[in-house]
Amino acid sequence: MEIHRKIIFEGELDKNFLSEIKAKSYSEEINRCIQCGTCSSSCPMAEYMDYSPRKIIAMVKHGFKDDVLKSFTPWLCASCYSCQVRCPSQIKITDVMYCLRREAVEAGAYPSKMPVPALAQEMHKLIAKNGRNSELWLVVKMYLRLKDFIGPLKMAGTGIDLMRTGRLSLKMEKIKNTKQLHTLLKAVSEEAK
Amino acid sequence: MKEYAYYPGCSLKAGSKHYEESLLPVFKAIGVPMKELDDWNCCGATAYFSVDESMAEAICGRNLSIAEQDGRDIIAPCAGCYLTMKKSNAFLGSSHAKAKKILTELKNAGCEYKGTVDVIHPVQLFTDDVGLDAIKAKVTNPLKGLKVASYYGCQLVRPYTDFDDPDYPTSMDALMEAMGAEAVDYPVKARCCGGSLAGVLDDVATGLNRVLLREAKRNGADVIVTLCPLCQFNLEMNQNKIIKKYKEDIKLPILYFTQLMGLALGIAREDLGFSRSVISLDTMWAKLSNGGAK
Ligand code: SF4
Ligand code: SF4
Repeated sequence: MEIHRKIIFEGELDKNFLSEIKAKSYSEEINRCIQCGTCSSSCPMAEYMDYSPRKIIAMVKHGFKDDVLKSFTPWLCASCYSCQVRCPSQIKITDVMYCLRREAVEAGAYPSKMPVPALAQEMHKLIAKNGRNSELWLVVKMYLRLKDFIGPLKMAGTGIDLMRTGRLSLKMEKIKNTKQLHTLLKAVSEEAK
Repeated sequence: MKEYAYYPGCSLKAGSKHYEESLLPVFKAIGVPMKELDDWNCCGATAYFSVDESMAEAICGRNLSIAEQDGRDIIAPCAGCYLTMKKSNAFLGSSHAKAKKILTELKNAGCEYKGTVDVIHPVQLFTDDVGLDAIKAKVTNPLKGLKVASYYGCQLVRPYTDFDDPDYPTSMDALMEAMGAEAVDYPVKARCCGGSLAGVLDDVATGLNRVLLREAKRNGADVIVTLCPLCQFNLEMNQNKIIKKYKEDIKLPILYFTQLMGLALGIAREDLGFSRSVISLDTMWAKLSNGGAK
């Protein structure tokens, strides 16, 4: 049996985490969280999360960087914005969740076996290359990345229904002016460094 | 009426062809001119904002720029595209240093954006600009006898809540009533279907969509109408899984609101993409007192 320490000492917290996330999510309001729990009670995904939205905000506020970046919570946010429109302190919680995803990808801390980050990154690659998403290819690439060969089998029924109704396209979609897109994306990504 | 730029996004060209197939004739019937945005790129959806923010804003900026060059506002029928582009539009117009940099790079790449384009959803256009009375006047085949639950989901009504209520929106219900249908009360109409998460996490898909389907059924709906490809997909494609897991009869046709509008406006049934429904529509046709004009 492995044993784990359950307590985090104050000295291990990241004092800069809050200000980083505030700046990168454009949510200066995070400090104003009153821990009322409106976000968590509005959240359709809270029951699946490892930390509820209220807890995540508290953890960001107090510098629990490692735990937050490893958490499933940001990746289980469905971007429904229910919390954001209801938060009495006007905290842009959904935008904070997006920001935490980006930070987790950058730090390489995201849950790599989970389909959601895999889907996001494969979609990012597909669009950066072709300018368009191709639903079928995206799903294929996601499962390859996860090395999951059972997932596609479970989707077979849906695939057949889509094919039967002419809704499954095998085409790899592409815009005409990919040159412009590539120039643009290269420039903004260099700018950001 | 001025001409709009139609932004289909990836879904309306693939899995939700029937949204496009019904949207275009409805615009024509109502008399709103619209042309597809030239060489549009994907909006990036939620995935892009999860990986690289600058790139996410830049690709939306390119679409906005193409529309601006033609002097047109964008019609975005997918709620995901609508929100993503609206969000980027607001960001690019803000005073953040990053927004300024992205605008500069857009200009350097030959797609300058000055910030004059508006992003509009068809429900919003029909409600606020065309007006229900004008649309009602064109109804030739009212949907008498049909009970419709209008499902809005999230991204049309939140967080930009300028044209309807974020918790209990009513614009699509009013539109369905103008078409002669009966709008059933549907308190969960703006609750989340799980979005793209439902596609990859089975528990989420069955858990969230079960509630949405059960409530519509309980309130007597014959059909649920949606305004977003992901909502339509989740509500329709998860029905078998839900029936298997919970042993509940939640079978209901899931259509786009434009398909029912088209029927009411007298467009032929076979021109509205009904054959793309995975769920049988027989009970719905039987409910329509005039059989939904063939
Ligand atoms: S709703 Fe806002 S103030 Fe209340 S706990 Fe959540 S983030 Fe904090
Ligand atoms: S936006 Fe995300 S965190 Fe907020 S309520 Fe919706 S799913 Fe939960």
